[in-house]
Amino acid sequence: MATLTIGCFPGLVGNMTYDFALKLAEAAVNKGHKVNIWFSGNASGSVKAKQKHLKDYSTGEKHLRALIEKGVEICTCEACSIARGVDKTNAIEGIQWNAMHWYLAKIHASDRVLQIGGE
Amino acid sequence: MGDVKLAFVVQKPQYKSETSRLAITHAISYQTVEILLEDGDIVTPTLCFVGEGVLGLQKGQKAMDLYGITSTETHIKNCLLVDLDVLVCKEDLAKYGIPEDMMPDAEDMGADKKIKVAPFSEIQKAMEDAKHVLFF
Repeated sequence: MATLTIGCFPGLVGNMTYDFALKLAEAAVNKGHKVNIWFSGNASGSVKAKQKHLKDYSTGEKHLRALIEKGVEICTCEACSIARGVDKTNAIEGIQWNAMHWYLAKIHASDRVLQIGGE
Repeated sequence: MGDVKLAFVVQKPQYKSETSRLAITHAISYQTVEILLEDGDIVTPTLCFVGEGVLGLQKGQKAMDLYGITSTETHIKNCLLVDLDVLVCKEDLAKYGIPEDMMPDAEDMGADKKIKVAPFSEIQKAMEDAKHVLFF
C-alpha cells in the first residue's frame, strides 16, 4: 500500500474542490492506503467545530471526523487557522496543529502528493 | 529516503491570491523540516515563478507601509537568506516588460544567494528533477 499526501488549500464553501479532496482521501483510505491531509490557506478555516450542515452548502466536519476515525492524519496550518479566528479550543478534536514543515515532512515520506490549490 | 527534491511552481500573481504567498512560505519551511525527519533525510525545494506568477515580485514594495502586511519582497529576501533556489522565468518577465534588474536581492541582509532569472527550459529541468511538483 502507498502513502498519499494531499495539500488542500481551497475554502470549504464556494467551490467543490474541498469536497473533492475529502472524497479522494476517503477513496484512498478505503483501498488501504495511508493518507495525510494538510490544510492551509482558506481550507484551514474548515477545522472549526460545530458546523451546521445546511444542504445548500458543503460541509467539512462530519467528513473530517470520519476520516480521522479511519486513520487519516489531518493537520491544519496553525497560523492560517488562528488568523481566521479558529484555535484549538473551538476546533474539531483529532485535527493536528502544526507549521508548514509538517506538510513537507509528510511529502518526504509519500509515494504520491496531490497539491489541491485554492484561492 | 535521503534528499527529496520538490519544485514549488507559482503561476498566480502575488497579492491576487493567498496561495501565491503560501508557496513561498511553504518553501521556506524546508529550513525547519529536519526536526520531523530521520537523520540524513532532507527536503530540497526549488521555488519557481512562471506565467502570471512573475507579477508582484519587484523590489521597492510598500505592503507593510500601506496595508500592514509583509511584502512579497520581504519573503523573497527571506528565501535568499536561507539559501533557497529561486528561479524566475526569463521569457515571462520579458512578456510583461519587467526588467530583470527589478528583481529583489537580500544583500542588505547578508545573503549571498540571488534570484536566478532563468529560461523556462531550466525551470522545466527543475520540475523534471523533482520527485514532487507543487503548483500554486
